[in-house]
Amino acid sequence: MELRPILSTLRRHKVTACLLILEIALTCAIVCNAVFLIGQRLQRMDMPSGIAEHELVQIQLGHIGKSPDAKAQTETDLAALRQIAGVRQVGVVEELPFSYGGSSNSGLMLDPHQQQPTVNVSQYMGQNILPTLGVRLVAGRDFGPGEYVDLDTAMAALKTGDTKGLPQTMIVTRALAERMWPGKDPLGQTAYVGKDIALRVIGVVASLARPNMLRMGPQYSVMWPIHMTLADGASYVLRTAPQDREAVIKAAVAKLKQLDPNRVVVTKRTYDEARREFFASDRAMAGILVGVIVALLTVTALGIVGLASFWVGQRRRTIGVRRALGATRGDILRYFQTENFLLATFGIVLGMALAYGINLFLMTHYELPRLPGIYFPVGALALWAIGQLAVLGPALRAAAVPPVVATRSV
Amino acid sequence: MFAYYLDLALRSLKRNRVLTALMVLAIAVGIGACMTTLTVVHLLSGDPLPGKSSTLFFPQVDPENPVVGGSTEPRPAMDYRSAMDLWNAHRADRQAIITSSPVKVRLPDSGQPPLLPSMLSTSADFFPMFDVPFQYGSGWSADDDAHHARVAVISADLNQKLFGGANSVGRILRVRDADMRIVGVLKPWRPTPLFYDPWSQNFSKSEDVFAPFTSSMEINKGNFQAYTCWHVPPSMGDLQNADCVWVWLWVELDSPAKVRDYARFLDDYANTQKSLGRFAVGSEHARLRDLMTWLTYRGQVPGDVRLQAWLASAFLVICLFNAVGLLLAKFLRRSGEIGVRRALGASRGAIFAQCLVEAGLIGLLGGGFGWLLTLFGLWLVRQQPVDYAHLAHLDTAMFLVTFVLAVGTSLLAGLIPALRASRVVPGWQLKAL
Repeated sequence: MELRPILSTLRRHKVTACLLILEIALTCAIVCNAVFLIGQRLQRMDMPSGIAEHELVQIQLGHIGKSPDAKAQTETDLAALRQIAGVRQVGVVEELPFSYGGSSNSGLMLDPHQQQPTVNVSQYMGQNILPTLGVRLVAGRDFGPGEYVDLDTAMAALKTGDTKGLPQTMIVTRALAERMWPGKDPLGQTAYVGKDIALRVIGVVASLARPNMLRMGPQYSVMWPIHMTLADGASYVLRTAPQDREAVIKAAVAKLKQLDPNRVVVTKRTYDEARREFFASDRAMAGILVGVIVALLTVTALGIVGLASFWVGQRRRTIGVRRALGATRGDILRYFQTENFLLATFGIVLGMALAYGINLFLMTHYELPRLPGIYFPVGALALWAIGQLAVLGPALRAAAVPPVVATRSV
Repeated sequence: MFAYYLDLALRSLKRNRVLTALMVLAIAVGIGACMTTLTVVHLLSGDPLPGKSSTLFFPQVDPENPVVGGSTEPRPAMDYRSAMDLWNAHRADRQAIITSSPVKVRLPDSGQPPLLPSMLSTSADFFPMFDVPFQYGSGWSADDDAHHARVAVISADLNQKLFGGANSVGRILRVRDADMRIVGVLKPWRPTPLFYDPWSQNFSKSEDVFAPFTSSMEINKGNFQAYTCWHVPPSMGDLQNADCVWVWLWVELDSPAKVRDYARFLDDYANTQKSLGRFAVGSEHARLRDLMTWLTYRGQVPGDVRLQAWLASAFLVICLFNAVGLLLAKFLRRSGEIGVRRALGASRGAIFAQCLVEAGLIGLLGGGFGWLLTLFGLWLVRQQPVDYAHLAHLDTAMFLVTFVLAVGTSLLAGLIPALRASRVVPGWQLKAL
């Protein structure tokens, strides 16, 4: 196909052609970035939590106020919950991965005299966490019964400086172990929280995400052998078969109400619900971005249809002359398709530069990473395809112009 | 003349329905997307207390010692001692000391299960300072603050739940283990954003129980929650002697001179505490922001919403390009007609004006459909799982902006095409006819 006649025609419609190119460029740039943003959100929503997500239910009771029998009450509750049909494990956990609300965090140090902590971690405290959450141990062991201390005892010990009342051991995630002791065996290593708390690593788990503050490193979590009670703000977590979850929630709430009708159920949900809630805004944003892409491509396609129709109408006579001189319908069709392809290509080239610029803006304002090269062809392909689709209708109409038009006056 | 141009424009729009529909649609979609997000941004960045916000200030000092992580800004709250020091100085026209905690609430001698709402612990000035509306009764007095009075104000919501909406002033409410006399019931009050609480979700509900700060320290002892601590507290929830931030202040300062004085007072306080060794940093971390500055600093408009606003604006620009291209096609197709009008004596200005009238008309139509799309878009926002969803409604100002934006956009889009059309050479066109 000869390009020269197309280029010379376009030169006579500079303003219109430039507008179309600009529109395609802008669309291309935004589509590239929007697809990238969607990818980012999906990646975030897909983050591994490291726990047996589909087997867990959480029940939290508002048990405000310290009562002297909180510990006994917790034991009674746990014993009763274990009796429920279908319950495989029961634990007390202060927090769960990917959930809103508070989280306990602390700075881990390699040396007790460090000025600034090496890394900020989230600590999971409570009893029977490892088997209940289904976290996979890759080295070392779980806590033994003798290693647990009560939260109150630990608090009192901190005040008096008596290190015997403090926890001595912890379990870390693999990601954290690699950050703290790269290339070394983490088992047996010691890390410090403040000057007083020294914790020896006795186990390493494959993965355990922190509840929130994911920016500080989503996998930087530890487990401490500390007994919690509901009065400390902890929840009961029950592990069961996925299909039994609803029944277990109902049975557990009934049981707990029966043990003490004076308590308020604050939360009762499956872990899947908790996770969905945590990522709800990401899902919504991804949906909006998909909507934006569709709307953008539609508007651009409409613009191409409009302009191509106008050009076809304007050149009816020329087309007739070409047909009379021997051009086939295919030639006419291909002429308009090639013209559109050229315009789209100019637009895409410009759009790539623009996409890069927009990405730089987003990087400074929204803490996004650099746009990977893979996203550029996505935008290019989308626009080439849309352009060809949009121009097809007008081009077919052009091809249908009979040669006899050439012999008539306008 | 305008009526004649309007008539011409209508005829021309009718002649090429497909092209007209495409243009109206493109502008409507662009306006719809743009206005939906702009409305959300507009609503989220609104002033919660118009006319009053410039006299309300949020004092901050930084009690964190040592400061962790090299932060250059103080925490959004203070420890108990600093807050009490500032409060006891009584340097402002009005001042409120505030903290919030969950608490168990029930009616004495009732079979109803207890509720677990949030309690706002504050002082008497809170209600007049923030123009809190009362349904029944009123707030408590400064005397009640001083005497640790067992009085409470409850929200309309809680009043509905406990008393079926009746006047409950004088009734007794059991808050944890203490009996509090209800002195006031609020009208439904949902300040958006929840400006007075520096660490809640921006657009969440306000508290259900309001009680004097002094008395709630006794009633809910042990149940307070810290924003953050730099030393482990002596016991969980018991924060009055702890190195934790969990209390904050709002002050009302009615003149610029008072603002200057208060800022100086705050700086002096921070520096004194630093020289005493209690603070790690002095006045460098002391702040006195007014309400709107504070809200902006907090970033009350979520990042996602700002991103959507950018996207929508870019979208409108694309729709603008689209409209320019289509208008150009439309006007130049009528070169013959324009040639005749020019030959019959119409000036270039007249042609230009005629084209702009047509562009404006398209904008008006696009604005109409765009308004419908905006209503639809806001409905979609209300279905989203975000805490500001209930806010998404179109107010009069934004309704007008919709049409101004639509007509403005299409006039802008019409400029180049109208200029081109007005430069059509009459003779050349007549020859072709």
